[in-house]
Amino acid sequence: MSAQNTAAATPAAKSSAQSKALTPIAWKFPITYSILALVSLICFGLIGRDGETTFRIATGGDFFAIPDVVVSSTVAGLVLSLILVILAAASIYLALKRITLAGWFPMVFGILFVVSFLAWAGGGSGGVIPLTTLLAGALALSVPLIFGAMCGLVGERSGIINIAIEGQLLAGAFLAAVVASVAKNPYAGLLAAPIAGALVAVVLTFFAVKYWVNQIIIGVVLNVLVVGVTSFLYSTVLTENPGLWNSRQQLPNLPVPLLSDIPILGRVLFDQNILVYIMYVVVIALQIFVFRSKWGLRMRAVGEHPKAADTVGIKVNFTRVRNTLMAGAIAGLGGAFFTVGSGLAFGKEMSAGQGYIALAAMILGKWNPKGALLAALLFGFSKSLGNTLQSIGTPVANELLLMLPYIVTVLAVAGFVGRVRPPAAEGVPYVK
Amino acid sequence: MTKVFGSFVANDHIDLTIEPGEIHALLGENGAGKSTMMNVLYGLYDADGGEILLDDKPVTFAGPGDAVAAGIGMVHQHFMLVPVFTVAESVALGYEPTKSMGLIDLAEARKKVREISARFNFNIDPDALIEDLPVGAQQRVEIIKALSRNAKILILDEPTAVLTPQETDELISIMRQLKEQGTSIVFITHKLREVRAIADSITVIRRGKITGVASPDSTEAELASQMVGRHVSLTTEKDDADPGDATFQVRSLTVVDKAENVVVDDVSFDVRRGEILAVAGVQGNGQTELAETIIGLTDPRLGSITLDGKDLVGKSVKDRLGSGIGFVPEDRSTDGIIADFTIRENMILDVYDRPPYAKGLNLKSAVINDEAKKKVEEFDIRLGSVVDPIATLSGGNQQKVVLSRELGRDLRLFIASQPTRGLDVGSIEFVHKRVIAERDAGTPCLIVSTELDEVYGLADRIAVMYSGRIVGIVGADTSREALGLMMAGVPADEALAATAAPEKSDAATAAPDDNCATTSAEETK
Repeated sequence: MSAQNTAAATPAAKSSAQSKALTPIAWKFPITYSILALVSLICFGLIGRDGETTFRIATGGDFFAIPDVVVSSTVAGLVLSLILVILAAASIYLALKRITLAGWFPMVFGILFVVSFLAWAGGGSGGVIPLTTLLAGALALSVPLIFGAMCGLVGERSGIINIAIEGQLLAGAFLAAVVASVAKNPYAGLLAAPIAGALVAVVLTFFAVKYWVNQIIIGVVLNVLVVGVTSFLYSTVLTENPGLWNSRQQLPNLPVPLLSDIPILGRVLFDQNILVYIMYVVVIALQIFVFRSKWGLRMRAVGEHPKAADTVGIKVNFTRVRNTLMAGAIAGLGGAFFTVGSGLAFGKEMSAGQGYIALAAMILGKWNPKGALLAALLFGFSKSLGNTLQSIGTPVANELLLMLPYIVTVLAVAGFVGRVRPPAAEGVPYVK
Repeated sequence: MTKVFGSFVANDHIDLTIEPGEIHALLGENGAGKSTMMNVLYGLYDADGGEILLDDKPVTFAGPGDAVAAGIGMVHQHFMLVPVFTVAESVALGYEPTKSMGLIDLAEARKKVREISARFNFNIDPDALIEDLPVGAQQRVEIIKALSRNAKILILDEPTAVLTPQETDELISIMRQLKEQGTSIVFITHKLREVRAIADSITVIRRGKITGVASPDSTEAELASQMVGRHVSLTTEKDDADPGDATFQVRSLTVVDKAENVVVDDVSFDVRRGEILAVAGVQGNGQTELAETIIGLTDPRLGSITLDGKDLVGKSVKDRLGSGIGFVPEDRSTDGIIADFTIRENMILDVYDRPPYAKGLNLKSAVINDEAKKKVEEFDIRLGSVVDPIATLSGGNQQKVVLSRELGRDLRLFIASQPTRGLDVGSIEFVHKRVIAERDAGTPCLIVSTELDEVYGLADRIAVMYSGRIVGIVGADTSREALGLMMAGVPADEALAATAAPEKSDAATAAPDDNCATTSAEETK
């Protein structure tokens, strides 16, 4: 038996060696890198802007102060651009050799490009780039996205496509604001938000599992429904007596001793409210439990091959419903960040499409918690970058800066989505 | 036991007794109700009548979980394995050994796989991904799954459909081993040879009813007539081929799939006018892709396809159909027909846009109707009306519609993939006769089949594919054993030499010999 298996392996290895020679050269990424490197070289380096750019790293009250980094805009642009050109050339060389780029390559390239861009953008006006604020903003803007992406991930790994993340975020934001306001306690809002998200999931699973309604359609309908209901209640009830129904409540920041004193990242990561800490726990727990627990194994089985799960006595639809409700609760928590998490009152349609971006983050992260986290951070960062640049004033039009996160979304999904594999049975109702 | 789907009685008062430690074969044609019955037994379907007795005690199964708890294991025809799981995960699923907090004890799961794998000499790596395993190994994983839950009764649903003859021999010896250790086996099949090789007792089932109990000593012809209900000829009658010029040539054809795997690897062959070249091989060795590349559904990376002196590579499917290719696809229900279209519409899917069926933007309904009726008569299609959706027909009649469409034009080349898959014996006879008639009319025919019986029935020459390559092209008189070795990748001359060796009596003793042959082939490479 073993002899036969090895015999089977040999011709396969032979033909894969032959396939190497046949594979067409993958030009997509080298061309993208080259264009970006040239843009950086010409715009940020050669044309450039006179003056200096200040990267402000420290904020008041740090454990020890780090001085601002001041660089000449054109020199920084030129140096960084040259590195980018070298990297792009390397990518072309590797493509010719048909060697796939390592995972860190796009990350390093992206970071260098962004710094080069910042050096250019901050120049001229002698602008100050507040790095810590930029990163803190990125995390804050990512929180709802991360919760949303985790919700989508748990749903789709179980086989239910959840387009209603947007609605779940909005419902969570609404209920958190109202409950916190009435109870005069932001933590009460935090308890209410998951319930709102789960309720949306109840409707979703009811139609998707019980009546086999197309999950994309029911998801979109739910989003519209939640916008309608919350907007209606907002303009009738909430605006009648904002003091009672919609007063601002904010979750206080709870700095973690020691960790929060680490320069730059300590501030950003460990001087946050409890919702952000919950997010850390959720992401880490999912990363472990999705792949290594009984719950995760069964969830993935149900999402990949429900009939196989059924034949070993796993209740497919029950598993799907339970997990999707749980996922809804996670998205609801993410919604709470819009209101009690940020100390804002509820406003109409305040989730503003973040649920869809969360969906994109999940896909870009290949249905992995770790990957989805990174993707959500990327989107959050691009939005924060847009905000920062708007406030310091740059030659780029404000409207273009506002588009930044969405451009990044489209590019990222278009660039990578071809290579990911969703759970095989997602969106397919299980009928015995 | 009785099971009804709508007005269709799949199982009509079936009585079946399985003795401990016996191999009980359940023999019947496709659609006879064998699988339905086993799914009821396994708790996947609810029975509409009757009862199940285990050791004389009546039991009811609300779901497969109950059946497993009662000691029933099942290996489904389509494996119930998640492709992205590892072997250990697949075996653990549903019965996971856990540590604290619901985390899976993978070490324990691996140990279990290794233990059972070692006991039966399965050679399965617990950390291999299911999708990377060959079909035979996946089947062994399924058996490990059932055994890990202490199955006393093991149901094997068409277990040999996807195996090479050698893998089948291995499976049969595994079944013997299981039997010796006291496991009862229910073996569902429609292949007569295997039944005679392994079964202790045989129950024949036809149209949902038990038609008889046979002994393993019955001849194949006796079993076949019990299974079909009338006398059938198991061999296709045909005259010797009278081949003409090689008008269809494939040279160095190489096809690569989306994941950059070479699926057709440097394939060259000719098909002459008036001959049938059968492509044999285990499912998934590039036959499907070969056929789809010839018709133009995929583009080759390298190589040429020449018909009547013209290169077809780069031409559209429509152009290729226009140059006279008839194509019967492998998967009838998704590629051969449009289920919601009427029968007459399905008959003109390839010619709907040209006279006499069309004029300008209009379809000529009357002409289409007349033609459809003619074809129904010619191909003996049993139907209500030609304007019924084709989904209302049985598989055999659907396939006849496809054939009537593809053979309805003047052909320069006829390609059929698995032309009789899922068909009953009667329809198979008919399809084979039509294919041979087309050959006798002078058309080069290329038949892709994984059923050796079909290959022998039709072929004038046999090309064996393994791992995307053509291992060899041999005559139709080549022995089954030699073909089996070639299907496992052994080059033609070695396979012929190995099987010409004198000492060989039956399948069980042949198996080790085969392995030696494979090993030597491996060494010479």
